[in-house]
Amino acid sequence: MTYLRHVLDHLRKDLRLEWRSRDSVNGMLFFALLVVIVFSLAFDPTATESRLIAGGILWVAILFATITALNQSWAREQRNQVLDAQRMAPSPASALFLGKVFSNMLFVLLVELVLAPLFVVFYNLHALGNGWLLALVMPLGTWALVCNGTFFAALGLRTRNREMMLPLVLFPISLPALLAMIQATTGILTAELDPIQIGWWIRLLAGYDIIFTTVCLLLFDIVISAE
Amino acid sequence: MNRQADQTIRPMQLVAFSWLVVTLGVLVIGFREAIFLVPTDAAQGDVGRIFYYHVPIAMLSLAFPFLNFAASLAFLYWRHRDPLKALSADAMALASAEVTIVYLSIVLSTGMLWGKAAWGIWWTWDARLTSLLLLWLLYVSYLIVRRFSSTGQSQTIAAILSVFAAVDSPIVYMSIRWWRTQHPAPVFGGGPGSGLDKSMMPAFVWNIAAWAMWGIFITGYRYALERRRQIAEQDAALSAIEASLELTQ
Repeated sequence: MTYLRHVLDHLRKDLRLEWRSRDSVNGMLFFALLVVIVFSLAFDPTATESRLIAGGILWVAILFATITALNQSWAREQRNQVLDAQRMAPSPASALFLGKVFSNMLFVLLVELVLAPLFVVFYNLHALGNGWLLALVMPLGTWALVCNGTFFAALGLRTRNREMMLPLVLFPISLPALLAMIQATTGILTAELDPIQIGWWIRLLAGYDIIFTTVCLLLFDIVISAE
Repeated sequence: MNRQADQTIRPMQLVAFSWLVVTLGVLVIGFREAIFLVPTDAAQGDVGRIFYYHVPIAMLSLAFPFLNFAASLAFLYWRHRDPLKALSADAMALASAEVTIVYLSIVLSTGMLWGKAAWGIWWTWDARLTSLLLLWLLYVSYLIVRRFSSTGQSQTIAAILSVFAAVDSPIVYMSIRWWRTQHPAPVFGGGPGSGLDKSMMPAFVWNIAAWAMWGIFITGYRYALERRRQIAEQDAALSAIEASLELTQ
Protein backbone atom coordinates (compact mmCIF):
# COMPACT_ATOMS: atom_id res chain seq x y z
CA MET A 1 0.00 0.00 0.00
CA THR A 2 2.80 2.41 0.88
CA TYR A 3 4.51 1.34 -2.35
CA LEU A 4 1.47 2.40 -4.33
CA ARG A 5 1.40 5.71 -2.48
CA HIS A 6 5.05 6.33 -3.39
CA VAL A 7 4.29 5.60 -7.05
CA LEU A 8 1.32 7.97 -7.00
CA ASP A 9 3.41 10.67 -5.31
CA HIS A 10 6.01 10.48 -8.05
CA LEU A 11 3.30 10.47 -10.68
CA ARG A 12 1.57 13.50 -9.17
CA LYS A 13 4.87 15.39 -8.99
CA ASP A 14 5.64 14.67 -12.65
CA LEU A 15 2.16 15.65 -13.77
CA ARG A 16 2.35 18.92 -11.84
CA LEU A 17 5.78 19.75 -13.29
CA GLU A 18 4.49 19.02 -16.77
CA TRP A 19 1.32 21.04 -16.20
CA ARG A 20 3.40 24.07 -15.25
CA SER A 21 5.85 23.90 -18.15
CA ARG A 22 4.06 21.78 -20.78
CA ASP A 23 7.49 21.17 -22.31
CA SER A 24 7.40 17.53 -23.28
CA VAL A 25 3.77 17.21 -24.43
CA ASN A 26 3.96 20.27 -26.68
CA GLY A 27 7.33 19.22 -28.05
CA MET A 28 6.19 15.68 -28.72
CA LEU A 29 2.95 16.78 -30.30
CA PHE A 30 4.57 19.15 -32.76
CA PHE A 31 7.32 16.70 -33.57
CA ALA A 32 4.90 13.85 -34.27
CA LEU A 33 2.77 16.15 -36.38
CA LEU A 34 5.80 17.12 -38.44
CA VAL A 35 6.78 13.49 -38.96
CA VAL A 36 3.27 12.65 -40.15
CA ILE A 37 3.23 15.59 -42.56
CA VAL A 38 6.70 14.84 -43.89
CA PHE A 39 5.73 11.23 -44.52
CA SER A 40 2.45 12.13 -46.20
CA LEU A 41 4.32 14.55 -48.48
CA ALA A 42 6.92 11.92 -49.25
CA PHE A 43 4.49 9.11 -50.09
CA ASP A 44 1.48 11.01 -51.43
CA PRO A 45 -0.85 8.33 -50.10
CA THR A 46 -4.02 7.35 -51.91
CA ALA A 47 -6.77 5.54 -50.03
CA THR A 48 -5.72 1.93 -50.60
CA GLU A 49 -1.97 2.43 -50.30
CA SER A 50 -2.29 4.60 -47.22
CA ARG A 51 -3.86 1.78 -45.23
CA LEU A 52 -0.85 -0.41 -45.95
CA ILE A 53 1.73 2.08 -44.73
CA ALA A 54 -0.26 4.03 -42.14
CA GLY A 55 0.39 1.57 -39.31
CA GLY A 56 4.14 1.80 -39.81
CA ILE A 57 4.15 5.58 -40.15
CA LEU A 58 1.98 6.07 -37.10
CA TRP A 59 4.31 4.03 -34.92
CA VAL A 60 7.46 5.58 -36.34
CA ALA A 61 6.03 9.04 -35.64
CA ILE A 62 5.15 8.02 -32.07
CA LEU A 63 8.55 6.40 -31.58
CA PHE A 64 10.43 9.52 -32.70
CA ALA A 65 8.21 11.76 -30.62
CA THR A 66 8.65 9.54 -27.57
CA ILE A 67 12.43 9.72 -27.91
CA THR A 68 12.40 13.53 -27.86
CA ALA A 69 10.42 13.56 -24.63
CA LEU A 70 12.29 10.72 -22.93
CA ASN A 71 15.64 12.38 -23.39
CA GLN A 72 14.32 15.25 -21.30
CA SER A 73 12.33 13.27 -18.75
CA TRP A 74 15.19 12.70 -16.32
CA ALA A 75 16.91 16.00 -17.00
CA ARG A 76 14.45 17.87 -14.80
CA GLU A 77 15.35 15.52 -11.94
CA GLN A 78 19.00 16.45 -12.24
CA ARG A 79 18.50 20.15 -11.61
CA ASN A 80 19.24 21.09 -7.98
CA GLN A 81 20.36 17.49 -7.29
CA VAL A 82 16.77 16.26 -7.03
CA LEU A 83 17.86 12.83 -8.24
CA ASP A 84 20.37 12.50 -5.42
CA ALA A 85 17.67 13.42 -2.94
CA GLN A 86 15.39 10.77 -4.41
CA ARG A 87 18.14 8.22 -4.23
CA MET A 88 18.48 8.82 -0.51
CA ALA A 89 14.74 8.92 0.13
CA PRO A 90 13.27 5.86 1.89
CA SER A 91 10.95 5.05 -1.02
CA PRO A 92 12.03 2.13 -3.23
CA ALA A 93 13.79 3.07 -6.47
CA SER A 94 11.36 1.08 -8.57
CA ALA A 95 8.50 3.29 -7.28
CA LEU A 96 10.29 6.30 -8.74
CA PHE A 97 10.67 4.41 -12.00
CA LEU A 98 7.03 3.32 -12.13
CA GLY A 99 5.81 6.84 -11.40
CA LYS A 100 7.98 8.16 -14.20
CA VAL A 101 6.76 5.50 -16.62
CA PHE A 102 3.11 6.22 -15.78
CA SER A 103 3.53 9.94 -16.31
CA ASN A 104 5.40 9.46 -19.61
CA MET A 105 2.73 6.96 -20.64
CA LEU A 106 0.01 9.54 -19.96
CA PHE A 107 1.86 12.17 -22.01
CA VAL A 108 2.34 9.86 -24.97
CA LEU A 109 -1.28 8.65 -24.82
CA LEU A 110 -2.39 12.29 -24.84
CA VAL A 111 -0.27 12.90 -27.93
CA GLU A 112 -1.78 9.81 -29.57
CA LEU A 113 -5.30 11.02 -28.82
CA VAL A 114 -4.58 14.28 -30.64
CA LEU A 115 -2.66 12.58 -33.40
CA ALA A 116 -5.19 9.87 -34.25
CA PRO A 117 -7.91 12.12 -35.75
CA LEU A 118 -5.29 14.04 -37.74
CA PHE A 119 -3.99 10.76 -39.01
CA VAL A 120 -7.43 9.66 -40.13
CA VAL A 121 -7.84 12.94 -42.02
CA PHE A 122 -4.42 13.09 -43.66
CA TYR A 123 -4.34 9.45 -44.73
CA ASN A 124 -8.02 9.19 -45.51
CA LEU A 125 -8.36 6.18 -43.24
CA HIS A 126 -11.11 4.04 -41.91
CA ALA A 127 -10.44 0.69 -40.35
CA LEU A 128 -11.67 -2.28 -42.36
CA GLY A 129 -11.05 -4.76 -39.54
CA ASN A 130 -12.04 -4.67 -35.88
CA GLY A 131 -11.31 -1.04 -35.06
CA TRP A 132 -11.87 -1.53 -31.34
CA LEU A 133 -8.77 -3.77 -31.20
CA LEU A 134 -6.71 -0.62 -31.68
CA ALA A 135 -7.76 0.32 -28.15
CA LEU A 136 -5.78 -2.74 -27.05
CA VAL A 137 -2.83 -2.38 -29.40
CA MET A 138 -2.15 1.31 -28.78
CA PRO A 139 -1.71 1.18 -24.97
CA LEU A 140 0.26 -2.08 -25.08
CA GLY A 141 2.58 -0.74 -27.77
CA THR A 142 3.00 2.59 -26.06
CA TRP A 143 3.84 0.87 -22.81
CA ALA A 144 6.55 -1.18 -24.52
CA LEU A 145 8.18 1.98 -25.90
CA VAL A 146 7.76 4.11 -22.79
CA CYS A 147 8.83 1.53 -20.22
CA ASN A 148 12.08 0.60 -21.98
CA GLY A 149 12.63 4.19 -23.06
CA THR A 150 12.35 5.58 -19.54
CA PHE A 151 14.70 2.88 -18.31
CA PHE A 152 17.37 3.56 -20.90
CA ALA A 153 17.02 7.31 -20.56
CA ALA A 154 17.93 6.85 -16.89
CA LEU A 155 20.84 4.67 -17.96
CA GLY A 156 21.96 7.37 -20.37
CA LEU A 157 22.16 10.03 -17.66
CA ARG A 158 25.76 9.13 -17.07
CA THR A 159 26.94 8.79 -20.63
CA ARG A 160 28.49 11.28 -22.99
CA ASN A 161 26.14 12.37 -25.81
CA ARG A 162 23.08 10.82 -24.26
CA GLU A 163 20.72 12.11 -26.98
CA MET A 164 22.61 9.79 -29.31
CA MET A 165 22.71 6.84 -26.95
CA LEU A 166 18.99 6.48 -26.31
CA PRO A 167 17.96 5.62 -29.89
CA LEU A 168 21.04 3.44 -30.36
CA VAL A 169 19.97 1.26 -27.45
CA LEU A 170 16.21 1.65 -27.55
CA PHE A 171 15.64 0.86 -31.24
CA PRO A 172 17.23 -2.61 -31.28
CA ILE A 173 15.54 -3.61 -28.03
CA SER A 174 12.13 -2.32 -29.15
CA LEU A 175 12.27 -3.99 -32.56
CA PRO A 176 10.22 -7.07 -31.58
CA ALA A 177 7.57 -4.85 -30.00
CA LEU A 178 7.58 -2.46 -32.97
CA LEU A 179 7.16 -5.38 -35.34
CA ALA A 180 4.18 -6.67 -33.37
CA MET A 181 2.55 -3.22 -33.08
CA ILE A 182 2.96 -2.42 -36.75
CA GLN A 183 1.76 -5.84 -37.90
CA ALA A 184 -1.27 -5.69 -35.62
CA THR A 185 -2.16 -2.10 -36.56
CA THR A 186 -1.78 -2.71 -40.28
CA GLY A 187 -3.73 -5.94 -39.95
CA ILE A 188 -6.59 -4.10 -38.27
CA LEU A 189 -6.60 -1.23 -40.76
CA THR A 190 -6.47 -3.41 -43.87
CA ALA A 191 -8.39 -6.43 -42.54
CA GLU A 192 -5.87 -8.58 -44.40
CA LEU A 193 -4.76 -10.56 -41.36
CA ASP A 194 -7.27 -12.94 -39.87
CA PRO A 195 -8.28 -12.31 -36.22
CA ILE A 196 -6.23 -15.26 -34.99
CA GLN A 197 -3.04 -13.76 -36.37
CA ILE A 198 -3.86 -10.34 -34.99
CA GLY A 199 -4.56 -11.94 -31.63
CA TRP A 200 -1.21 -13.67 -31.88
CA TRP A 201 0.65 -10.37 -32.44
CA ILE A 202 -1.23 -8.79 -29.54
CA ARG A 203 -0.27 -11.69 -27.29
CA LEU A 204 3.36 -11.31 -28.37
CA LEU A 205 3.17 -7.62 -27.49
CA ALA A 206 1.65 -8.37 -24.08
CA GLY A 207 4.35 -10.98 -23.40
CA TYR A 208 7.04 -8.50 -24.40
CA ASP A 209 5.56 -5.90 -22.05
CA ILE A 210 5.49 -8.30 -19.12
CA ILE A 211 9.05 -9.56 -19.63
CA PHE A 212 10.67 -6.19 -20.14
CA THR A 213 8.71 -4.40 -17.42
CA THR A 214 9.87 -7.08 -14.98
CA VAL A 215 13.49 -6.76 -16.10
CA CYS A 216 13.33 -2.95 -15.85
CA LEU A 217 11.82 -3.03 -12.36
CA LEU A 218 14.41 -5.52 -11.14
CA LEU A 219 17.37 -3.62 -12.54
CA PHE A 220 16.33 -0.05 -11.90
CA ASP A 221 17.80 -0.02 -8.40
CA ILE A 222 21.23 -0.76 -9.91
CA VAL A 223 20.81 1.90 -12.58
CA ILE A 224 19.88 4.69 -10.24
CA SER A 225 22.63 3.94 -7.74
CA ALA A 226 25.38 3.27 -10.31
CA GLU A 227 28.40 5.24 -9.18
CA MET B 1 61.46 -6.92 -10.73
CA ASN B 2 58.35 -7.22 -12.83
CA ARG B 3 60.37 -7.13 -16.01
CA GLN B 4 62.29 -10.25 -15.06
CA ALA B 5 59.06 -12.12 -14.43
CA ASP B 6 57.83 -11.12 -17.87
CA GLN B 7 60.79 -12.69 -19.61
CA THR B 8 60.21 -16.22 -18.32
CA ILE B 9 57.43 -18.16 -19.97
CA ARG B 10 54.54 -18.48 -17.55
CA PRO B 11 52.49 -21.71 -17.36
CA MET B 12 49.35 -19.96 -18.68
CA GLN B 13 51.23 -18.87 -21.78
CA LEU B 14 52.36 -22.44 -22.38
CA VAL B 15 48.77 -23.69 -22.02
CA ALA B 16 47.50 -20.99 -24.37
CA PHE B 17 50.15 -21.72 -26.96
CA SER B 18 49.55 -25.47 -26.97
CA TRP B 19 45.77 -24.82 -27.05
CA LEU B 20 46.27 -22.70 -30.15
CA VAL B 21 48.39 -25.37 -31.84
CA VAL B 22 45.78 -28.07 -31.14
CA THR B 23 42.99 -25.73 -32.31
CA LEU B 24 44.76 -25.09 -35.60
CA GLY B 25 45.21 -28.84 -36.03
CA VAL B 26 41.51 -29.51 -35.41
CA LEU B 27 40.55 -26.68 -37.76
CA VAL B 28 42.64 -28.29 -40.52
CA ILE B 29 41.01 -31.69 -39.91
CA GLY B 30 37.57 -30.10 -39.94
CA PHE B 31 38.35 -28.28 -43.17
CA ARG B 32 39.59 -31.49 -44.84
CA GLU B 33 36.50 -33.42 -43.69
CA ALA B 34 34.03 -30.76 -44.78
CA ILE B 35 35.54 -29.77 -48.10
CA PHE B 36 37.16 -33.00 -49.40
CA LEU B 37 35.81 -36.08 -47.61
CA VAL B 38 32.06 -35.56 -47.16
CA PRO B 39 30.05 -36.73 -50.19
CA THR B 40 28.48 -33.87 -52.14
CA ASP B 41 24.92 -33.08 -51.09
CA ALA B 42 22.47 -34.63 -53.53
CA ALA B 43 20.04 -31.71 -53.51
CA GLN B 44 22.34 -28.72 -53.12
CA GLY B 45 25.67 -29.72 -54.62
CA ASP B 46 28.85 -28.18 -53.29
CA VAL B 47 26.96 -25.20 -51.85
CA GLY B 48 25.75 -27.56 -49.14
CA ARG B 49 29.26 -27.67 -47.69
CA ILE B 50 28.74 -24.20 -46.23
CA PHE B 51 26.49 -26.03 -43.75
CA TYR B 52 29.58 -27.30 -41.90
CA TYR B 53 30.60 -23.73 -41.19
CA HIS B 54 27.25 -21.99 -40.91
CA VAL B 55 25.57 -24.33 -38.42
CA PRO B 56 28.42 -24.91 -35.90
CA ILE B 57 29.18 -21.19 -35.81
CA ALA B 58 25.48 -20.37 -35.47
CA MET B 59 25.24 -22.71 -32.49
CA LEU B 60 28.29 -21.12 -30.89
CA SER B 61 27.04 -17.61 -31.63
CA LEU B 62 24.10 -18.39 -29.34
CA ALA B 63 26.37 -19.94 -26.70
CA PHE B 64 28.73 -17.01 -26.18
CA PRO B 65 25.91 -14.58 -25.26
CA PHE B 66 25.25 -16.82 -22.27
CA LEU B 67 28.87 -16.43 -21.19
CA ASN B 68 28.41 -12.68 -21.57
CA PHE B 69 25.18 -12.83 -19.58
CA ALA B 70 26.73 -14.90 -16.79
CA ALA B 71 29.77 -12.62 -16.59
CA SER B 72 27.52 -9.54 -16.49
CA LEU B 73 25.43 -10.99 -13.68
CA ALA B 74 28.63 -11.84 -11.82
CA PHE B 75 29.79 -8.26 -12.34
CA LEU B 76 26.53 -6.86 -10.96
CA TYR B 77 26.75 -9.21 -7.97
CA TRP B 78 30.38 -8.39 -7.12
CA ARG B 79 30.20 -4.71 -8.02
CA HIS B 80 30.14 -3.52 -4.43
CA ARG B 81 30.99 -6.75 -2.61
CA ASP B 82 34.31 -7.49 -4.31
CA PRO B 83 35.36 -4.85 -6.87
CA LEU B 84 38.48 -6.73 -7.99
CA LYS B 85 36.53 -9.85 -8.87
CA ALA B 86 33.94 -7.62 -10.54
CA LEU B 87 36.66 -6.19 -12.79
CA SER B 88 37.65 -9.62 -14.04
CA ALA B 89 33.99 -10.52 -14.60
CA ASP B 90 33.66 -7.36 -16.64
CA ALA B 91 36.72 -8.24 -18.71
CA MET B 92 35.12 -11.62 -19.42
CA ALA B 93 31.85 -9.94 -20.42
CA LEU B 94 33.65 -7.65 -22.85
CA ALA B 95 35.70 -10.49 -24.35
CA SER B 96 32.67 -12.73 -24.86
CA ALA B 97 30.62 -9.87 -26.34
CA GLU B 98 33.29 -9.17 -28.93
CA VAL B 99 33.59 -12.86 -29.81
CA THR B 100 29.78 -13.02 -30.07
CA ILE B 101 29.84 -10.20 -32.63
CA VAL B 102 32.47 -12.04 -34.67
CA TYR B 103 30.46 -15.27 -34.69
CA LEU B 104 27.17 -13.51 -35.44
CA SER B 105 28.78 -11.67 -38.35
CA ILE B 106 30.11 -14.94 -39.76
CA VAL B 107 26.68 -16.57 -39.39
CA LEU B 108 24.98 -13.68 -41.15
CA SER B 109 27.46 -13.59 -44.02
CA THR B 110 27.66 -17.36 -44.60
CA GLY B 111 23.88 -17.49 -44.39
CA MET B 112 23.62 -14.76 -47.02
CA LEU B 113 26.03 -16.61 -49.32
CA TRP B 114 23.98 -19.78 -48.95
CA GLY B 115 20.69 -17.88 -49.37
CA LYS B 116 21.86 -16.32 -52.63
CA ALA B 117 22.78 -19.78 -53.98
CA ALA B 118 19.78 -21.72 -52.65
CA TRP B 119 16.94 -19.17 -52.55
CA GLY B 120 18.24 -16.71 -55.15
CA ILE B 121 18.09 -13.81 -52.68
CA TRP B 122 20.62 -12.47 -50.21
CA TRP B 123 18.20 -11.63 -47.46
CA THR B 124 14.60 -12.16 -46.41
CA TRP B 125 12.77 -10.82 -43.35
CA ASP B 126 11.95 -14.17 -41.88
CA ALA B 127 11.73 -14.80 -38.14
CA ARG B 128 15.05 -16.57 -37.71
CA LEU B 129 17.01 -14.10 -39.82
CA THR B 130 15.34 -11.08 -38.24
CA SER B 131 15.87 -12.26 -34.68
CA LEU B 132 19.52 -13.06 -35.37
CA LEU B 133 20.06 -9.64 -36.94
CA LEU B 134 18.42 -8.20 -33.83
CA LEU B 135 20.92 -10.04 -31.62
CA TRP B 136 23.75 -8.65 -33.74
CA LEU B 137 22.33 -5.11 -33.40
CA LEU B 138 22.00 -5.53 -29.63
CA TYR B 139 25.61 -6.54 -29.25
CA VAL B 140 26.80 -3.73 -31.52
CA SER B 141 24.90 -1.26 -29.35
CA TYR B 142 26.43 -2.98 -26.30
CA LEU B 143 29.92 -2.24 -27.58
CA ILE B 144 28.98 1.32 -28.62
CA VAL B 145 27.56 2.03 -25.16
CA ARG B 146 30.81 0.87 -23.62
CA ARG B 147 32.59 3.50 -25.68
CA PHE B 148 30.09 6.28 -25.02
CA SER B 149 29.83 6.14 -21.28
CA SER B 150 32.35 7.86 -19.10
CA THR B 151 34.88 5.67 -17.35
CA GLY B 152 33.81 3.98 -14.16
CA GLN B 153 30.19 3.67 -15.21
CA SER B 154 30.46 1.94 -18.54
CA GLN B 155 30.68 -1.50 -16.94
CA THR B 156 27.43 -1.19 -15.02
CA ILE B 157 25.56 0.22 -17.99
CA ALA B 158 26.94 -2.46 -20.28
CA ALA B 159 26.11 -5.23 -17.81
CA ILE B 160 22.50 -4.07 -17.62
CA LEU B 161 22.25 -3.90 -21.39
CA SER B 162 23.63 -7.42 -21.54
CA VAL B 163 20.70 -8.67 -19.47
CA PHE B 164 18.34 -7.21 -22.07
CA ALA B 165 20.31 -8.78 -24.90
CA ALA B 166 20.22 -12.12 -23.13
CA VAL B 167 16.42 -12.09 -23.26
CA ASP B 168 16.67 -12.16 -27.06
CA SER B 169 19.01 -15.10 -27.59
CA PRO B 170 16.48 -17.79 -26.53
CA ILE B 171 14.03 -16.16 -28.94
CA VAL B 172 16.52 -16.67 -31.77
CA TYR B 173 16.92 -20.29 -30.76
CA MET B 174 13.19 -20.92 -30.64
CA SER B 175 12.27 -18.84 -33.69
CA ILE B 176 12.40 -21.70 -36.20
CA ARG B 177 10.37 -23.84 -33.82
CA TRP B 178 7.68 -21.25 -33.08
CA TRP B 179 7.19 -19.88 -36.57
CA ARG B 180 7.05 -21.56 -39.94
CA THR B 181 9.93 -19.79 -41.62
CA GLN B 182 11.78 -19.80 -44.86
CA HIS B 183 14.91 -20.73 -42.94
CA PRO B 184 15.45 -24.53 -43.01
CA ALA B 185 13.89 -26.45 -40.12
CA PRO B 186 16.07 -27.34 -37.12
CA VAL B 187 18.63 -30.03 -37.88
CA PHE B 188 18.97 -31.31 -34.31
CA GLY B 189 16.07 -32.01 -31.98
CA GLY B 190 13.53 -30.81 -34.49
CA GLY B 191 11.25 -33.84 -34.30
CA PRO B 192 11.04 -36.76 -36.73
CA GLY B 193 13.27 -36.61 -39.78
CA SER B 194 15.79 -34.29 -38.18
CA GLY B 195 19.38 -35.23 -37.50
CA LEU B 196 22.32 -35.82 -39.80
CA ASP B 197 23.23 -38.65 -42.09
CA LYS B 198 26.10 -40.77 -40.73
CA SER B 199 28.41 -39.75 -43.56
CA MET B 200 28.03 -36.07 -42.62
CA MET B 201 28.63 -36.55 -38.90
CA PRO B 202 32.47 -36.47 -38.73
CA ALA B 203 32.74 -33.21 -40.68
CA PHE B 204 30.13 -31.62 -38.46
CA VAL B 205 31.64 -32.82 -35.18
CA TRP B 206 35.21 -31.84 -36.10
CA ASN B 207 34.09 -28.39 -37.18
CA ILE B 208 32.01 -27.65 -34.13
CA ALA B 209 34.89 -28.77 -31.90
CA ALA B 210 37.35 -26.68 -33.89
CA TRP B 211 35.29 -23.50 -33.84
CA ALA B 212 34.43 -23.92 -30.16
CA MET B 213 38.14 -24.24 -29.37
CA TRP B 214 38.93 -21.25 -31.54
CA GLY B 215 36.26 -19.18 -29.80
CA ILE B 216 37.52 -20.18 -26.37
CA PHE B 217 41.06 -19.27 -27.38
CA ILE B 218 40.07 -15.83 -28.71
CA THR B 219 37.91 -15.17 -25.64
CA GLY B 220 40.76 -16.11 -23.33
CA TYR B 221 43.24 -14.03 -25.29
CA ARG B 222 40.96 -10.99 -25.32
CA TYR B 223 40.26 -11.49 -21.62
CA ALA B 224 43.97 -11.51 -20.81
CA LEU B 225 44.46 -8.36 -22.89
CA GLU B 226 41.61 -6.57 -21.14
CA ARG B 227 42.94 -7.65 -17.74
CA ARG B 228 46.33 -6.16 -18.63
CA ARG B 229 44.66 -2.91 -19.63
CA GLN B 230 42.76 -2.82 -16.33
CA ILE B 231 45.90 -3.51 -14.31
CA ALA B 232 47.83 -0.86 -16.22
CA GLU B 233 44.99 1.58 -15.53
CA GLN B 234 45.06 0.75 -11.82
CA ASP B 235 48.85 1.18 -11.71
CA ALA B 236 48.56 4.55 -13.45
CA ALA B 237 45.88 5.66 -10.98
CA LEU B 238 47.99 4.47 -8.05
CA SER B 239 51.12 6.27 -9.21
CA ALA B 240 49.07 9.44 -9.81
CA ILE B 241 47.84 9.28 -6.21
CA GLU B 242 51.37 8.67 -4.93
CA ALA B 243 52.70 11.58 -6.97
CA SER B 244 50.05 13.90 -5.56
CA LEU B 245 50.92 12.76 -2.03
CA GLU B 246 54.60 13.54 -2.60
CA LEU B 247 53.72 16.99 -3.90
CA THR B 248 51.85 17.94 -0.75
CA GLN B 249 54.66 16.84 1.56
